[in-house]
Amino acid sequence: MTTRKNPTPNLNASGMSSASSGKPTEKYIGLTGAQIFHELMHEHGVEHMFGYPGGAILPVFDAIHESKYFKFILNRHEQGAGHMAEGYARASGKPGIVLVTSGPGATNTVTPIADAYMDGTPLIVFTGQVATGAIGTDAFQEADVTGITRPCTKWNVLIKDVRDIPRRINEAFHIATTGRPGPVLVDLPKDVTATVLKEAVHADIHLPGYNVRELGTSSEIARAAELINRAKRPVFYVGQGVILAGATDLLRACAKRANIPVTTTLQGLGAFDETDARSIHMLGMHGSAYANWAMRDADLVIAVGARFDDRVTGNPAKFAPAARQAEREGRGGFIHFDIAPEQINKAVPVTIGVEGDARKNLELLLPMLESSPRKEWFERLHTWMKETPFRYKDDTREFHMKPQAVVEELDNQTDGEAIITTGVGQHQMWAAQFYTFKHPRHWITSGGLGTMGYGVPASIGAKLARPDKHVINIDGDGSFCMTCMEMVTAAQYGIAAKTIILNNDFQGMVKQWQDKFYEGRYSHTEMHNPNFVALTDAMNCKGFRCSKKADLPKVMADFLAHDGPAVLDALVEKHEHVYPMLPAGKTVDDMILGDFK
Amino acid sequence: MTDTQTPLMRHVIAALVTNEPGVLAQVAGMFAARGFNIDSLVVGRTENPEFSRMTITVYGDNAVLEQVRKQLQKLVPVVKVVDYTDVAFVERDLMLVAVSTATAAGASDKREEIITLANLFRAKVVDVSPDKLMIELSGSEEKLEAFMELIQPYGIVELARTGVIAMPRGSGGPAKAVSLGTTRVLSLIAPNGERISSAAVNSADVSTCATQSVAR
Repeated sequence: MTTRKNPTPNLNASGMSSASSGKPTEKYIGLTGAQIFHELMHEHGVEHMFGYPGGAILPVFDAIHESKYFKFILNRHEQGAGHMAEGYARASGKPGIVLVTSGPGATNTVTPIADAYMDGTPLIVFTGQVATGAIGTDAFQEADVTGITRPCTKWNVLIKDVRDIPRRINEAFHIATTGRPGPVLVDLPKDVTATVLKEAVHADIHLPGYNVRELGTSSEIARAAELINRAKRPVFYVGQGVILAGATDLLRACAKRANIPVTTTLQGLGAFDETDARSIHMLGMHGSAYANWAMRDADLVIAVGARFDDRVTGNPAKFAPAARQAEREGRGGFIHFDIAPEQINKAVPVTIGVEGDARKNLELLLPMLESSPRKEWFERLHTWMKETPFRYKDDTREFHMKPQAVVEELDNQTDGEAIITTGVGQHQMWAAQFYTFKHPRHWITSGGLGTMGYGVPASIGAKLARPDKHVINIDGDGSFCMTCMEMVTAAQYGIAAKTIILNNDFQGMVKQWQDKFYEGRYSHTEMHNPNFVALTDAMNCKGFRCSKKADLPKVMADFLAHDGPAVLDALVEKHEHVYPMLPAGKTVDDMILGDFK
Repeated sequence: MTDTQTPLMRHVIAALVTNEPGVLAQVAGMFAARGFNIDSLVVGRTENPEFSRMTITVYGDNAVLEQVRKQLQKLVPVVKVVDYTDVAFVERDLMLVAVSTATAAGASDKREEIITLANLFRAKVVDVSPDKLMIELSGSEEKLEAFMELIQPYGIVELARTGVIAMPRGSGGPAKAVSLGTTRVLSLIAPNGERISSAAVNSADVSTCATQSVAR
C-alpha cells in the first residue's frame, strides 16, 4: 500500500495570497445582479438552461426574458430540470445549468445534485433565496439550501453582495468542470439579484484551497509501467474517468501496445469499444462472468478513472485475490490512476496510486509499455467468453417477449450508434448488457445514487445536446412513472427524445431480490400501470406498443422513424431475472450464472 | 484494509481553512457523514484574516487517517492539511475548572491542598470565592486529565476545556513511536520545552502513573 508522504508540516497563513491579483473590472457597472448573471452565462458559453421560475428568482427570470444568448427549457418539476441538465452534461461534456427558485424549488433539485455528486457530473444549480434581510426568519419559501446541499455538492455558496456575483459564478464554473467534475450550487437572494452594481469588482477566481493535480510523479508512472510489463495476466479496469478526461483514444493505444484486455464499469461503458477483440465488457454485480473471472485471476489490476465501487468489488477484502497475492510476491497488484486523490486507497488499498488526469498520465505511460503475446491469458478469456456470454432463454410463445430481445432489436436497428439513457433497475442492466457501446458519451445512466426516474429527463437533455443522434431512454415501468411528466417538456420544445418502456408491471429488480432472498413475497412491488400509449398521446407525444416478438422489428422501425418525442410500451415477460448476478458483499465464486438449459 | 491494518491511534491534524460561513459545518458534517471518530475540533483565527486554523484530534488506523486527510483536503475551503503523526509537535489544551473547597472538614484546609496540587501542575488560580477556586491549566490532554483525576475527589463544580491545538517543533524531527499506553507518561516526563521544575515533574509523573488504569 502506498501512502504519500505528509506535506511539510508548517501551516503558514501569512504566506497565503489574500485577494485576487487581477485588476478589478468595470464592465458590470450599472447592471443588476440578475443582468450580471445573464452576461456571465454568455461568457461561459451557456447555450441551454433548465429550470422553473418562482418568487425569489424572479429578478433573474426577468433578466433572461427573450435571452439572445441561450435557450431556456421550462421543466415540469425541478427534479426533471436537474436530471435533464445531467443528461445534457454527459452527452455534451459541458456543464448542465439549472435555474430554480428558493425553498421547494431548490429542495426539488437535491436528488439530481446528489446524483451528480456520486457520478461526477458537472452540474451548476442556481437557486433563488429570500432577501438577505429575511434569511433566518422562516420566511415564505425559505430553506437553508446551502446547508441542505453542503454534503452533496462539490462546493456551494450563498452570495450576499452583488459585488461578489462575477467572482463566485466564475468559481462555480471552474469547480464544477475541473478535477473530478461535480455539482455546485449558487444561492442568490432576491435583493442581491435586484441590486445595481455601482463599482468595479474583481471577477477572477480566488480559490486557495482548490488545486487539481494533473500529473502523477514520473517515478510512480515508471513503476506502473514496470509492473505492467512484468505482469502475465493484467486487466485494465476502466471507469467514467477515462471518458471525462477525453482519454479513450489513449486507453485504446495503451491496451493495444501492451496487449491487455479491458473491462469497463457501468459508468465506463463506451470508454472502450465493446467490439474490440480486447474488450471483456462490463464487470460487477451484473457484469459479464468472464470480466469478473478475469478480475479474480488477474495478477495486475490497472484501474483508470474507476473507484472500486461496492457494485464492482463485492466484498472489497476478497476482491481480486490473485492480484493481492501477486502484490505480496512483488510481481503484480493494483495500479490506480485517478484525478481524485481521496479515491485512491479508499475502498481497496493499491500498490501504486497515480493521482491526476487520466489523459496526461496515460500519455506518459504509453511509450513505456512493451508488447507481450499473453497467449495463455487471452485464450482463457476467449474460452470463457464463448462458453458464458451474456445470454437469455428465448421464449417462442406469442405473448412472452423477453426484455433482452427488445434491447437487442434496438441495438441491431441503430447499429450501436444511439445514445442510451436509462432509469434504474433490471432494464438498466439489460441495456448495459445487450446494447453494444462503441463510443464515449453514448451511455447516460445513474450509477452511484441509483436514481429511478433519471432516464426520461436525461434523454431529453442528451437529445438537446446531440440532435444529430438517436437518443433512446431504455426505461422500466416503475422508473418511467417517476418523471414521465417531462415528456410534456419534450413536446413543448419539440425535442425528439424517445423512451422504450420494458414494461413488466413490476419493480423488476426489487422483485428479483424478493424472488432470490425473500421467498417470492412481493411486498409492494407490483405496479398497476396506466395505459402508457394513451398517456403518451395525451402528453402530445406519440405512443407505440409491442407485445409480441414477431411484431418487434416493425414496431421498432416505426418508433425510430417517428420524427418527434415518442414512447414505446414494450410488454415483456414478468418473471425474467438479470444474470449473471454477484450478490451484494459476496465474491466472484458466489456469482449466480442462471439456468440457460 | 485486511492485512495492511495498523493499530488504532490518536492523531492530531491541523488544517488551514478559508474564513467563510459554513466551513465549520462542512468539516464537522464531513466527519459525521463518513463515520470518522473525532475527539476534538478546535477553530481559531490566524494572523491572516482570510484564514482560520482547525486542529482536529481523531482516532483511527493509518488507512482511516489517509482518508481523513484526503477527504479534508477535498473540501474547497480547506487550503492545507497536515497530519502530525510523523513529526514531533507541541500540543496544548486549556482548561478552566472550578473546584469546591467547601467540605465538612473545613474549607481552608482543602483550599491549601488544592492550591498545592495546582502549583505542582503549574496551574494558576484565577478566581477565589468562599466555597470554590477557579483554576486555569494548560498542557497536553494527558496532563489535564491527570489533574482532573486528582481534583475530582474535592468536587468539580464546573469545567470547560478548549480542546487541543498543536504545532510542529522546530525542524519537524522524527516522530516518537509510542503506543497509547505510554504516551501519557512520556508527554509528562519528557515535556520538551515545558519548563516545569524537577519536583513538579516527579509529582506529575507519579500522578499520571496513578491514572494509567483509567486510560482509554
